[in-house]
Amino acid sequence: MVDIIKKATREGFGEEIVALGEKNKDIYIVDVDIAKSCKSTAFGNAYPKQHVNVGIAEQNAAGIAAGLATTGKIPFVVTYAVFGSLRMCEMIRQEICYPNLNVKIACSHGGVTPANDGASHQAIEDMGVLRTIPNMTIVMPADYISAKKLTAAVAEKYGPCYIRFTRDAIPVIYEEDTVFEIGKAHLIKDGQDVAIIANGDTVRLAITAAEELAKEGITAKVLDMHTIKPLDVDAVKDCIEHIGKIITVEDHNILNGLGSAVCEVAAEVGKGKVKRIGIRDQFGESAPYERLLAKNGITVEDIVATAKKL
Amino acid sequence: MKNTSVKKLQQIANELRKKAVTMIYEAQSGHPGGSLSVADYVAACYFREMNIDPKNPQWVDRDRFVLSKGHVCPIQYAALGTLGYFPEADLHTLRQEGSKLQGHPDMKKCPGIDISTGSLGQGLACAVGMAIAAKNEDKDYRVFVAVGDGECQEGEIWEACQTAHKYELDNLIVFVDNNNLQIDGTTDEVMPNIDLGKKFGAFGFDVYEIDGNDMEQIVHTLDMIRMRKNKKPHCIFAHTVKGKGVSYMENSCSWHGVAPNDKEYKQAIAELEGGVQ
Repeated sequence: MVDIIKKATREGFGEEIVALGEKNKDIYIVDVDIAKSCKSTAFGNAYPKQHVNVGIAEQNAAGIAAGLATTGKIPFVVTYAVFGSLRMCEMIRQEICYPNLNVKIACSHGGVTPANDGASHQAIEDMGVLRTIPNMTIVMPADYISAKKLTAAVAEKYGPCYIRFTRDAIPVIYEEDTVFEIGKAHLIKDGQDVAIIANGDTVRLAITAAEELAKEGITAKVLDMHTIKPLDVDAVKDCIEHIGKIITVEDHNILNGLGSAVCEVAAEVGKGKVKRIGIRDQFGESAPYERLLAKNGITVEDIVATAKKL
Repeated sequence: MKNTSVKKLQQIANELRKKAVTMIYEAQSGHPGGSLSVADYVAACYFREMNIDPKNPQWVDRDRFVLSKGHVCPIQYAALGTLGYFPEADLHTLRQEGSKLQGHPDMKKCPGIDISTGSLGQGLACAVGMAIAAKNEDKDYRVFVAVGDGECQEGEIWEACQTAHKYELDNLIVFVDNNNLQIDGTTDEVMPNIDLGKKFGAFGFDVYEIDGNDMEQIVHTLDMIRMRKNKKPHCIFAHTVKGKGVSYMENSCSWHGVAPNDKEYKQAIAELEGGVQ
């Protein structure tokens, strides 16, 4: 048995942003007093002139980032997913997305990963809410390595972007040389019987579920849909055309996240079956991370059972 | 900065008022009251104080103007059109489909708009971001902001103020348009702005309390601020008259967001024509 290396994706962000800030002096971080937790402290220490800490004032952080962006900077607002989406929501709409400014919102504590913090800190609506704002790109990496790669890609791509990380450590699933492109699903494993489209911290579950299914002679295609907007519509259509059965898996409300986005494509194509696995439109509580996933049926066993029923 | 005289600025402000009222009349939509209250210091900024180049609206070292109370944009559009940021004929397109001149300022559509605004309470934070960028790059440009007194009921204003203090933004000049009126009534009725000027002082600003419709005081204050580099942001606490220059609009919250009819328009222009010549 190979040892599984586990790392939180916020660690990948924290390391990559330091490398990016060295190369590009226009990259800024706007912190809101949770730099230590969001892993942006090293950046602030290394490049004080590229760093602003506005204290516990997220709305202001969004506005300041917009102002910085008008001068050619590439600011990353760094906070928790709950605050970086909902607390700042109208500022993101008015001052970032409407003028299409080059502001990035990089959030740790996505989904139920801030498990013992309880429902107040578990962002289950963030990507769905922001998905409805024009000009926004929404990304959630599946592991430490893709977190680094996608952070770099987000910095490179012009425009507003929300990128969401995990608080908790999750298995490293990619090799250092894996290539990721924003808006392009990453094919992890091909298969003919069912397609499992996952993102973020649930991709690891999809991979394990595919391995379990293989033991029973069911071949599952596994896609890491790290970008839910713009969605890789062609990849979804390809699953509908060639497999016809899709399971979506996400650490997010099943409303308006990855599952909804995939269903929208299937509905418009007019064929294919989709089953959504995700947070069942309910608030969490203080509990172990894996328990919170289990309470919503976000487990390997649930994915396997769903695949067999489809 | 240009050496435009007080007398000339008074004439310009009056012209801007006429243009703004005309735009709102033609569109039959817009916000005349606040457009008229801010007219004098908007004129002083654009026609004297700011280092700007209408031929090069994206000039990186330009001074910025953030109209945080974005609904009064007709007066800013009038200034930009007069300066040649876009053809003056475009002033007749306010709030029309396809126009540069959106109901609230759109930086991607209208040359000379430094940030899109319209949702109150947000512009000051953006201005702080611009001013931080100038400081961090050792650039000399300054950022001028107009916020409403009613707008100061938004919490984000104060979040931005504390950041301006922390980062010692003496390149930030905030006009507080203290006309005492908002949509539903006087600020005292709706939500008293207890000691608003002192609040800015408490947040670390140098506060200059003036008559915001007196061009001499505006120019004098801006002259003074230009000389000061004391690591403190500036607040020009400007007592103004909502609807200034049009008798029936003055001090009336019912002219916050209503366009004049034919008769009212003619009277407004006649009164403004009879103003400073």
